Amino acid sequence: MDPVNGLLNGFAVALQPQNLFWCFLGTFMGTAIGVLPGIGPALTIALLLPVTVYIDPTAAFIMFAGIFYGAMYGGSTTSILLNTPGEAGAMMTALEGNRMARKGRGAAALCTAALGSFVAGTIGTIGLTFLAPPIAELAFIFKPQDYFALMLLAFLSVSVVMGSSKVRGFIALFIGLSLGVVGIDKAGGMQRLTFGVPDLLDGVEMTVVLVSLFAIGELLYVSSRYGKQMPNLNPLAGGIWMTREDWKRSWKPWLRGAAFGFPIGALPAGGAEIPTFLSYTVERKLTRHPEEFGHGAIEGVAGPEAANNAAAAGVLVPLLTLGLPTSATAAILLAAFQNYGLQPGPLLFINSGDLVWGLIASLYIGNLMLLVLNLPLAGLWVRLLFVPRPYLYAGILIFSLVGIWGVSNSWVDLAMMFGVGCLGYVMRVYDFPIAPVLIGLILGPMAEEKLRDALAAGQGDPLTLVSTPLSAGLLAIAFLVVTVPALLQWRRSRRIVEPADAE
Amino acid sequence: MIRTIFAAAAAVSLSGLAALAEPAVVMAPGGAGGGYDATARMPFEAMAADGIFTDGATFTNKGGAGGTIGLAEFAGANQGNDNAVMSMGVIMVGGILLNNSPVTLDDVTPLVRLTNDTGVIAVATDSPIQSVEDLVAAMKADLGAVSIAGGSAGGVDHIVMALLAKEAGLDPAKINYIPQESGAESVVAVGGGAVMVAVSGISEFKPMADAGRIKIIAVTSEGRVEGIDAPSLTEAGFPVVVGNWRGIVGAPGMSDAGKAMWLDRFTRMHEGQAWKDILAKQGWEDAFLAGDEFAAFLDAEKERTAAVLKDLGLIQ
Repeated sequence: MDPVNGLLNGFAVALQPQNLFWCFLGTFMGTAIGVLPGIGPALTIALLLPVTVYIDPTAAFIMFAGIFYGAMYGGSTTSILLNTPGEAGAMMTALEGNRMARKGRGAAALCTAALGSFVAGTIGTIGLTFLAPPIAELAFIFKPQDYFALMLLAFLSVSVVMGSSKVRGFIALFIGLSLGVVGIDKAGGMQRLTFGVPDLLDGVEMTVVLVSLFAIGELLYVSSRYGKQMPNLNPLAGGIWMTREDWKRSWKPWLRGAAFGFPIGALPAGGAEIPTFLSYTVERKLTRHPEEFGHGAIEGVAGPEAANNAAAAGVLVPLLTLGLPTSATAAILLAAFQNYGLQPGPLLFINSGDLVWGLIASLYIGNLMLLVLNLPLAGLWVRLLFVPRPYLYAGILIFSLVGIWGVSNSWVDLAMMFGVGCLGYVMRVYDFPIAPVLIGLILGPMAEEKLRDALAAGQGDPLTLVSTPLSAGLLAIAFLVVTVPALLQWRRSRRIVEPADAE
Repeated sequence: MIRTIFAAAAAVSLSGLAALAEPAVVMAPGGAGGGYDATARMPFEAMAADGIFTDGATFTNKGGAGGTIGLAEFAGANQGNDNAVMSMGVIMVGGILLNNSPVTLDDVTPLVRLTNDTGVIAVATDSPIQSVEDLVAAMKADLGAVSIAGGSAGGVDHIVMALLAKEAGLDPAKINYIPQESGAESVVAVGGGAVMVAVSGISEFKPMADAGRIKIIAVTSEGRVEGIDAPSLTEAGFPVVVGNWRGIVGAPGMSDAGKAMWLDRFTRMHEGQAWKDILAKQGWEDAFLAGDEFAAFLDAEKERTAAVLKDLGLIQ
């Protein structure tokens, strides 16, 4: 079946009333779990797996896909309004989004996030419809050295642009890298920084650090400042809709975000985080309003949020076309397929065309539903900030604790939550950027693993790291990212002696 | 956890049978949706469907460190509880040694082995290595040059290659084994040519081989496996039989009556239609082995795993 016919067929399936209902249910649940810290789509779908016994596969997958997409949408809401991202993919959204909310532009931030998610999600789904087979092949083309170069690039580029000073940025990054090495070393079996605590053998749970640094740190910070300075912001000061200017500044980041998110999401070690980091960096470099970054630049919300959602579509590419699960959520979806005796892969499109195309069509519909669900709600969500702070933050604390407990039922995680939360507070007080900690924690172990994979396969020859065109190219760009700003600064300092109109 | 403590207290204070008429306490030492999770839940689904045990069960998922964290919690909370069981498998046997776990499988009561996933060795379709003989010859020529992708260090996949190297007269500690996060990453690593060989379970590699992405050159069962055009390692002259098996153990200090009751339930479940349907649906190989035979098998596995991990230099 060719894509166009398949898709038309799929719409006939997805538009049946009962499937529309499942799609709505999925997107609604997904939005809710995206808002809650700690509880992600993988866990939710895993918990819902038993229901697959009672409903037919098409309905189940339409619902699961709705959850998956919905979670990506929901994550942005709490990031923007409360500076408490629920998922790693929403972390970059918090940086600029929360600043916008503090300036009374929360509704505009939510709108650009929702519209960007819709645009990028739709582009990603179009990519899934028409480009799935060739994009899936990327998985086989990417070698460990290419991943390593990609991660190094994400790493360096983010560290260079983030924070008020490079020293603070690097300190934060190295805190993250240290947290990242905790646990059993995958290749050699050595225990690193575990201090004999069995719960630390598998390393530090990323969600714990994410929620603690952002939510707990924010909570401590706000409550420590509450007495001195009553918050008297009007969350609606900036109106409830995007201005013409906002539109003009948003549409390009949406498209660029989608361009990062979709292909990287389709890679086995890609995921949703790397594209959001890259998108943020690129927007910060390309913007005409660099002075606004760090103080609520709309591009910094539009780009990462779009990248995040396009990556979600990307993840489905290798899953559906090759049967390769490239993320935790995809692995659970694969288990769900197998529950029905279905094996994703090329044959799935032939044997279960109705299901696959129904699923893909439901992604278009789900995206639209999410937009309809979220856009009018943006003005409503913003009113959440009218809730008096003590109630609001007490609620966040409860949800965070429940969320972290739900991840692994581990008291060590709870203890760590308070430790890391205090660290987050101190970092806020002394103006350290928080995102590099998480970037170090997420990318550090991945980069280490890929570096070791590449070197092991190349029997220790360091030249293997630049042996593919892609790795050499990416490393060259990473090198430029570090050296060019330094070079520009040097030229600028020389130019001071020349007339000022040279600028 | 409080519930399990109450259940344990109840089991102690009441006579055996009365305590057993409540939901079973079941530990899955892995995350929801994983292998241990399914091995814990599916038997109870089958027993309920066939009317063998209908009192229900409360499941706890507790993953981490090769399942040893769940094992420690299970053993600690259920001393002498005839109503408590836990899923486990060969990964836990190695995990205990690798993680230096204070609680071991000696502390719990072996009940049954239920399923198995035979290992397979695969190469790229256009690889110069097309058979076990080619593989061993390449390893003998330059052991370090044969890069091998598979699951975690010291896991079943690693053990397969270590035993093969040993049978071929090579030093297992010198094989170039590169652990991957998942079977999916192993597939792309070998299919894309980043490594020369990959090892994983049939369930993960067979669909990829059927789709023409990789070529399976050997299976790690004793004989051939239906539907796979490759010899077993034993048939190729290297008697290496390794399987990723999973089963169920009972609480520490389970009474003989409790043990007999669970063995009876699992034996009847194994004969019933519901379990057969589940095996087919999950794509699991039936590897039922109960009671003392399973205990003896488990001891042999512990011994062999310890020896291999020592050869590999992963434990002292």
